[in-house]
Amino acid sequence: MIEFDRVGKSFGDTIAVEDLSFTIPGGEFLALVGSSGSGKSTTLRMMNRLVEHDRGTIRFQGGDIRLRRPEDLRRRMGYAIQSIGLFPHWSVARNVATVPQLLGWPRARIEARVDELLTMLGLDPARFRDRRPRELSGGQMQRVGVARALAADPEVLLMDEPFGALDPVTRRSLQGEMARIHRASGKTIVLVTHDMEEALSLATRVILMDQGRIVQDASPAQMQAHPANDLVRSFLGRGPR
Amino acid sequence: MKRGAPLRLAPVLRNRVPFVLSLLALAAAAGLPFVLVAPNRLVSGTGTMLADLPGGAGWLPAAPWAVLVASALLRPSRGSRLAVACAAATALAMLAALAGAEAARQGGELSPLARVSLGGGCWLLFLFAWLAAADALQGLDLGPVARLLAHAAVLLPLLGLLFHGDLDSLALLKEYANRREAFHGAWARHLAIVLATLAPALLLGLPLGVAAARSDRLAAVLFAVLNVIQTVPSIALFGLLIGPLAWLGNRFPDSGIRGIGLLPAVIALTLYALLPIVHGAASGLRQVPSGVIDAARGMGMTRGQLFWRVEAPLALPVLLSGVRVTAVQVVGLAVVAALVGAGGFGALVFQGLAGSALDLVVLGVLPVVALALALDAGLRALAARIEAGS
Amino acid sequence: MRFAARVADFARDPLAWALAALLFLALDMQALRPLFAAAFPALDRPLYEQEGFGTLLLEHIGIVAAAGLAATGAGLAAGIAVTRATGREFLPMVETVVSIGQTVPPVAVLAIAVPLIGFGQEPAILALALYGVLPVLRATIAGIDSVPAGMREAADGLGMRALQRLWLLELPLALPVILAGIRTSVVISIGTAAIASTAGARTLGSPILLGLSGFNTAYVIQGALMVGLLAVVADMAFERAGRRFDQRR
Repeated sequence: MIEFDRVGKSFGDTIAVEDLSFTIPGGEFLALVGSSGSGKSTTLRMMNRLVEHDRGTIRFQGGDIRLRRPEDLRRRMGYAIQSIGLFPHWSVARNVATVPQLLGWPRARIEARVDELLTMLGLDPARFRDRRPRELSGGQMQRVGVARALAADPEVLLMDEPFGALDPVTRRSLQGEMARIHRASGKTIVLVTHDMEEALSLATRVILMDQGRIVQDASPAQMQAHPANDLVRSFLGRGPR
Repeated sequence: MKRGAPLRLAPVLRNRVPFVLSLLALAAAAGLPFVLVAPNRLVSGTGTMLADLPGGAGWLPAAPWAVLVASALLRPSRGSRLAVACAAATALAMLAALAGAEAARQGGELSPLARVSLGGGCWLLFLFAWLAAADALQGLDLGPVARLLAHAAVLLPLLGLLFHGDLDSLALLKEYANRREAFHGAWARHLAIVLATLAPALLLGLPLGVAAARSDRLAAVLFAVLNVIQTVPSIALFGLLIGPLAWLGNRFPDSGIRGIGLLPAVIALTLYALLPIVHGAASGLRQVPSGVIDAARGMGMTRGQLFWRVEAPLALPVLLSGVRVTAVQVVGLAVVAALVGAGGFGALVFQGLAGSALDLVVLGVLPVVALALALDAGLRALAARIEAGS
Repeated sequence: MRFAARVADFARDPLAWALAALLFLALDMQALRPLFAAAFPALDRPLYEQEGFGTLLLEHIGIVAAAGLAATGAGLAAGIAVTRATGREFLPMVETVVSIGQTVPPVAVLAIAVPLIGFGQEPAILALALYGVLPVLRATIAGIDSVPAGMREAADGLGMRALQRLWLLELPLALPVILAGIRTSVVISIGTAAIASTAGARTLGSPILLGLSGFNTAYVIQGALMVGLLAVVADMAFERAGRRFDQRR
């Protein structure tokens, strides 16, 4: 579904990402893990061209992502971020409906989809449809954020540390939500996080990055059983041998 | 259709601001007259373009202009910015010198009544040179005091020419020569108005501000009244004060109070000045962290010590900001005061307006702008110094 | 019933009283003639009668509105241009120009326009429009910049085009601040338009200036009352409008 072929990106003199190659098949739940500065967020944002890569090729569904307009690409991907970014002047329903409206869906279909998503994310449509973002708690806001990302039924869902700003209880609840959604819909999900536990529990595959390069690319089980080096071990909480 | 990386118009173009400014300067030099020559004061002048100046002198500014263009093509650095600033200072002086020389030449050939004034092209070139300097100095990241000195330095060559007398043949300077006494009188009067306004405004405003910081109710009423006053246009406020003051003058003919003149102006201006000062004092005091006040009380400070040693110093920056805004505002408003007979530079401005004499208007406006900018920059530097020292 | 309640609410608003006073004086300043005659017995013409105050009010509003529309359009356009990614480079320079521009008293712009254009309404409208751009421009920049970066990124990530993001997100959120800028611009214009009588325009300032040069204090007060009321009414009206928009947030 998404293919990175020797991708590189520099910001001025700093190399953010170097010689990145991997493929994400459809249905994968991929976690990109690393400390800050490892390049994981940059990698994610290169997928929907919020950041333009300098070297190499990125392909989406077989086609070079540079061949279409960024907006068209992004409307086929969901994007949820840590600061959530709900639009304060719109109701919850209007926020969720953002992309379907951009795509010109008929009104009835949009309404039905909004209700469906709110229910899926554990928010009662009757109570939450007409609320304003400022009336919501952090956890509720992020649920709406995820609903908004999923609204147009994208082929891929990109998430950049979406639960970082939430308290542990809410975080756990939302993590469970994401696992459930993945199982039920079989969507491809790419999740950026610095929390190894989150990655191991949710993902079907984990890529650990450091200083712009891939350190290890394996399933959670494999990574725990055969950590590639000391860095991986320290992330697993085990320290160097 | 391939839509790759964002299309770059000219990868060689590193700095768009100097580039745009140099294009604008070119357009101004080529499109608008550099100087206007008129046989006397009453007739409007015919223009001479920069390129048409005798002896090809008009091409001299091409040198600093080239520096500007060069800086647009190079990656910005400390050196390139300093070069641009120097080039701008040179350009300002060069343009002024050219205009002054041409005016002297024309004055020698034509009658002494001839008027040579700066044309639109020259004014715009001054503006663009100044903006180029400001843009370059911006990138140097100087502190407020250094920035003030740097801007003054850019003007230095130009001011040197001015005081040396090289610009005396220009219509603007001739107006000044004709009205030297009135000009200096206006200077003194304008400054007097500003000071006579700031003093009572501070004396009244500071205590009111302190009171407003303590009492929400007082603050609400006070700011409601002051906001209404601010909304009323200055001419209207002057006008409304004339009535009562004229009445007072009639009742007490020996007091020297008259409806028009300095008094209504100063009273009105003081009223306008109250809002920024009261607001500055009140919000300055309110933003003192309550933790700091707690600690001070806990140390056993009395109310007076608390105020003078803790609250006032911490509120000072915000207050100074309010004073700065007030000063700049009063300088501008004092121009309108000339309509009610208060004198000041407004008198020159309105005289020029009535007689369609642009040079006289400019003679009145430039000092006002200069004074306002100087006060603004000076008070900013003062505030920065105080903050750095604390 | 709802309508009656809203009218009653409005009647309690100071804006309503100021507006009523303004309209009353505009239509029937004559009613105060005895008052002015008594206060200024020395004057044989206690009431400005060259033109009706209603006419002057309309002329005044006309000039301010024409200039205000131009200023708002230009200020909005420039503010939007300078906050786009491609225009950011010019932002410091534009802010410098705005700062310097605001130290120039509005009267000065008027005084410079007259020798260049001549007397009449045109230099007045031009000067008001030029000077009026500054508050709107500054407010547009501040308003658009106040939209959090996270929100802009979310909009981009969802696939909004730049123009859609501007129209659907940035402008609606910046609106209260922009409205405040327009409010400042209009109120200043009302004051400057009063002085525009020196430039040959016919406004509410005409009685004031005629009174000042002719030592007729009654004229001055009549004109000043009208100008003051107009400014206060305009300011309050904009403030109410601004509040309505903020409530929808």
